[in-house]
Amino acid sequence: MSNLFDLLVAGLATGAIYALVAVGFTLLWQTSQTINFAQGEFVMLPAFLMLAAMHVGAPFWLAIILGILLSMILLGLAFKLLLVDPMMRHGVLPLAIATMALAIGLKEAVKQFFSAEASPFPSIVPTGDVSILDHAVSLQSIGVLVVAILAVVGLTTLLNRTSLGHQMQAAAQNPTVARIIWVPVERMILLTFLINAFLVALASLLITPIYLAKFSSGEVLGQAAFIAAIVGGFNQVRGAIAGGLLIGVLDNLAAAYVSTQYRAAVPMIFLIAVILFRPQGLLGRAEERTV
Amino acid sequence: MKSTLLVSALLTAMTATSAFAQAIKLADVAELSGGGATVGTNWKNGIDLAIEEINAKGGVLGRKLEVTHADSQSNPGVARAQVQKALDAEPYVLLGPGYSGSVKVTAPLAAEAGIAQIMGGEAAELTQGGNKFLFRTSFGQQSSMPKVAKYIHDEMKAKTVAVVWVNNDFGRGGRDVVIKELDRLGSKVVADLSTEAGQADFAADVGKIKAANPDAVFVYLNEEESARILKELKRQGVTAPLMGETTLIGQKVIELAGDAANGARGHVGLTTDAPVDLIKAFREKFSKKYNYVPDHNGLKGYLAVYMVKATTEKMGKVDPKKFADTLHGLTIKAADEPGILMDVTFSDTGDIDRQSFLVEVVEGKQIVKQVLPKVK
Repeated sequence: MSNLFDLLVAGLATGAIYALVAVGFTLLWQTSQTINFAQGEFVMLPAFLMLAAMHVGAPFWLAIILGILLSMILLGLAFKLLLVDPMMRHGVLPLAIATMALAIGLKEAVKQFFSAEASPFPSIVPTGDVSILDHAVSLQSIGVLVVAILAVVGLTTLLNRTSLGHQMQAAAQNPTVARIIWVPVERMILLTFLINAFLVALASLLITPIYLAKFSSGEVLGQAAFIAAIVGGFNQVRGAIAGGLLIGVLDNLAAAYVSTQYRAAVPMIFLIAVILFRPQGLLGRAEERTV
Repeated sequence: MKSTLLVSALLTAMTATSAFAQAIKLADVAELSGGGATVGTNWKNGIDLAIEEINAKGGVLGRKLEVTHADSQSNPGVARAQVQKALDAEPYVLLGPGYSGSVKVTAPLAAEAGIAQIMGGEAAELTQGGNKFLFRTSFGQQSSMPKVAKYIHDEMKAKTVAVVWVNNDFGRGGRDVVIKELDRLGSKVVADLSTEAGQADFAADVGKIKAANPDAVFVYLNEEESARILKELKRQGVTAPLMGETTLIGQKVIELAGDAANGARGHVGLTTDAPVDLIKAFREKFSKKYNYVPDHNGLKGYLAVYMVKATTEKMGKVDPKKFADTLHGLTIKAADEPGILMDVTFSDTGDIDRQSFLVEVVEGKQIVKQVLPKVK
């Protein structure tokens, strides 16, 4: 039983990070029909930007700020202007393939300019335990959960409670009507790209101390977050959050109670079940297409 | 006088050209990227350092050494293709790979070509198939695991042990030998956990270890995964003593795992912290050239080249066909060939006998606790 509690806590902590990444997936999809297959690499890169900043002498806190800012410029602004905008007019599929190419490019670039080897990465949360319900829970797990939850709460508040959020929702749901009522649709779309870049940089900061900074570390994350987004509902931020947490917990339980070899298969089987029986995702809305 | 000078100048030029033309060609296939990048990069740098030294002192039997490096991407399939390509160029000796799985699929190719292969793999089975061309640079698991099991039973006094291993040829080989030995000695294996190569999340595995509550944990993973599980063990507050092999307490693992590596112990055939003067000198030269402290793979690569040198000098000629025969049963003494660092004897199967060390990580440094002598 104590094992189950530990597994749930560890699963929720990992799931919270998946959720951050999955939310980015859904944001980009809703506002610009971009399926970003480089999302995993987007999580890998900010850690290296922060390491590079520390390498030239910046203290950790400054490296974090610089890393997040650089991520927003590279993975938000430049990604939108240089890849998404030119590819968008060719349709969803060419754009998705272009993001796959970007994923390979990012991995190879980090391998080339940084290293093929893993590097250690400092943690923003100190090591140590606290006792919760007679269980020793690591501060790192709690820290990851708290930061991820704060980010998600902040984002949902922005989307649902502010005028800016309502404009973003309008731009996502019906850009034509949004333009009629003077919503700056282009700016709103850019804003979602910047938010996505911020979220992946945050995920990078939280996950890299555990997974280590490595050029290939985005592969697992990207896949897990993609599954999480589909399972939860690709068109719903709250769906992506639920999907992320669910996949994190499921993955840990599968590793413990099924087998480590098949742990990767369990979320996949779950994904197939969701696609078969509830294609809109657990919390998603069915989308209709008309001609 | 003038003509004599001209002739001697011509002769010198010709000798230089022929020496260049007759350079001894070695081929290296290593894990330069992918999961084994730490292994392969150290191995490659060790090779380059040894070749630079040997060439600076006039080469082997007056001929320079040359090496080509190829990247196996830590993938046995790629390793096989790269080794085939390397063998097509007819090298004198093949060096690498470092991963046992890659050695397993490439060894038949080298044997078929009749080229000696000096590699870094440690899986027990590699030298048990009767391959006459395969040589180790470090202990095989059949030599090291009994020492590990004995230490866990005798010194750690562990009655119950959790065994965590990586699900590949290397991990499975070590796990099979160590479990057999622990069983023989009377220590009970209470958790037998297989993990995947490249695995990032060890929370569930460590959860299982915690639930089994063993007296000691034997960790047998590759370097990066070792670092991740050490961090997770610390994160989940597992206090049972940790025992492993070189891959648990290597320099790279210490760098990656930080504090979490403290207290981990391991049996190592080779360590740059060994209390041996020649190894200390090697470490210094390597650190100066590459700006980082090498792990045992750096030593392995370095030794591989000096094995080539010592064997060739023993033969008195460069003969790829006779190389393997000469190395079988050969004892190379560090007093005669300082580059070999410690006295070593090669068996008829290509296994080695050499002194080894018991190491503990204390405050981020490998501390040698015991020196275990050469068997014969």
